[in-house]
Amino acid sequence: MSLSEPSISRRPDGAAFVIALVLAAIAGVIIWQTSNMRVPPIQARVGPTVFPYVIAAGLILLSIGTAVSALRGAFPAREPVRYGPILWIAGGLVAQMLLIGWAGFAVGTAVLFAFVAKGFGRGPLWMTLPIGFVLAFSIWFVFSRGLQLSLPMGPIERLVP
Amino acid sequence: MDTFGLLADGLLAALQAQNLLYALIGVTLGTAVGVLPGIGPALTVALLLPVTYRLDPTGSLIMFAGIYYGGMYGGSTTSILLNTPGESASIVTALEGNKMARKGRGGPALATAAIGSFVAGLIATLALAFVAPWVVKAALAFGPADYFALMVLAFVTVSAAFGDSALRGVTALFIGLGLGVIGIDLQTGQARLAFGIPDLLDGIEVTTLAVALFAIGETLAIASSRTHLKEEVLAVKGSVWMTLDDWKRSWPAWLRGTFIGFPIGAMPAGGAEIGTFFSYAAERKLSRHPEEFGQGAIEGVAGPEAANNASAAGTLVPLLTLGLPTSATAAIMLAGFQQFGLQPGPLLFANNAPLVWSLVASLLVANFMLLVLNLPLIGLWVKLLTIPKPWLYAGILTFATLGTLGANGAMSGRLGPIPFSFELLILLAFGFLGFGLRRFGYPIAPVVIGLILGPLSEQQLRRALAISQGDPSVLIASPIAITLYVIAAMAVLIPLYFRLRGKGAVLQQMASDED
Repeated sequence: MSLSEPSISRRPDGAAFVIALVLAAIAGVIIWQTSNMRVPPIQARVGPTVFPYVIAAGLILLSIGTAVSALRGAFPAREPVRYGPILWIAGGLVAQMLLIGWAGFAVGTAVLFAFVAKGFGRGPLWMTLPIGFVLAFSIWFVFSRGLQLSLPMGPIERLVP
Repeated sequence: MDTFGLLADGLLAALQAQNLLYALIGVTLGTAVGVLPGIGPALTVALLLPVTYRLDPTGSLIMFAGIYYGGMYGGSTTSILLNTPGESASIVTALEGNKMARKGRGGPALATAAIGSFVAGLIATLALAFVAPWVVKAALAFGPADYFALMVLAFVTVSAAFGDSALRGVTALFIGLGLGVIGIDLQTGQARLAFGIPDLLDGIEVTTLAVALFAIGETLAIASSRTHLKEEVLAVKGSVWMTLDDWKRSWPAWLRGTFIGFPIGAMPAGGAEIGTFFSYAAERKLSRHPEEFGQGAIEGVAGPEAANNASAAGTLVPLLTLGLPTSATAAIMLAGFQQFGLQPGPLLFANNAPLVWSLVASLLVANFMLLVLNLPLIGLWVKLLTIPKPWLYAGILTFATLGTLGANGAMSGRLGPIPFSFELLILLAFGFLGFGLRRFGYPIAPVVIGLILGPLSEQQLRRALAISQGDPSVLIASPIAITLYVIAAMAVLIPLYFRLRGKGAVLQQMASDED
């Protein structure tokens, strides 16, 4: 437990309170969803609702524990976050997700590749996009033709017999 | 048939040309991916699992065995040459190994790690072959209540016993358990926590969760960090061969490491990596050159590396005989089995004996291949270590999404006219979960183990309560279950005692971060 944890700051930790709230919210959602289930009386005793309720109860206890731990400032020190790279990487994943369904695996993954490289400070995009495309297309070829993996195809992939 | 006969049959199967090829591809891919900085064995196995989907179960498991051993070998190479262990089990290797590499003795350090891994893998795999049938025999006497107690023990040791905070470990476990509830309930067919989304009815894929938490979470954490650690890859100078003195100092350490590591891994409880710490402590005590420890003592590489490999083979004992994964890697392997409709456990040995034994045999084969392949190829692995971070992480995410799509590439989501893959959306969401867990010091492995073991433990609990017609006293009615609960309680109380006495630093080092 957090009884003897050394910590640099003993001030209450705001972000950790948010975690406690999120845990409580998850417990709430589990209870709400589970109470909406219609369970035949024959299964009522040890039916499909028991385990979710146990987990929800556990999460509530953990939420309280987290709040106490936040009050004592017992969470490890964190360094400040740079948001730029996170946006590039998440943007790359979202772009890939929305592209591959119709533009194909190679195009979507090329965008992901270039955006992640950009997030790590490597550019420019006009150079990394083609690199990503060549890589993604080769991967698509090896895995879908060689290993029979079903990967999404777009106009470019369909050109390959 | 006795163990020898079964193992011989397995070896014959594993030595077929096609299966040898699978093993070769497995160890090569496993080492290549495992050697990349920041990728531990768990992520290696999760990333490469989809490669094996289209093979038949035997071929797939053989390739898998290669990936598993290759990934571990790759991890130790990284920690010797880069001092950034991809897995907690390699921390100790980095301690002395990196010092040796700095002194220009990287070659012998890699050699003693490789040969030590081979020796340990060989002995431990044979031990696995001989121990497993006994455990299976014992496991056949287990009732549902005993299985449930066993899983509680695994939950406790995985989440609370090690790591720097029991609170955060248990929280991580409960997040995993909560995710495990999502989907159709196996016994009644009712949907739980699916929110009306058809894609959620099948539940959350273990590999998707593992890849998201390990690969995407790690990428986000590294990219967003302000402090860019300067990492230098140490060149391997001079001969890779060990001197006669190196041999003399290494072999007892290999054997001790093996006999420390295997039993710890084989226990049906988490924390297999602590074997490496015990081995390091033992070598330090027994060494005739104690002054060299901290400066690059070869025993300090040889022992822990052997212990690491031996306990990795050891974790296969509870996995194969009881269906109980005790590390993130084992949890992903269990998911791999389930992919083929195989449920590890005592019945697997009875019903699918040839498959189990060819898996065990291919571990021996993979182990041998690693020894032959790796020392000559060391130059290639060093090249992989020097890939600049932007390309490395762009490549990792490319493969992470590839694996996810390979497992479930259905474009089942729709945003207006645009179809998208729901599985990728889950990957993104859990990627952020992984980032948050890392940032606030939560361990990752309990989430993965909770996801896969949660539904299994629920099944056993409900089976036990159904037999007793709802009387909960059945859970503590058998001596086996009581013993297991007592061990679980001790696993919590003893570390708590150490923490209170201010010895938390040691436990913090044992934080099971990855494997």
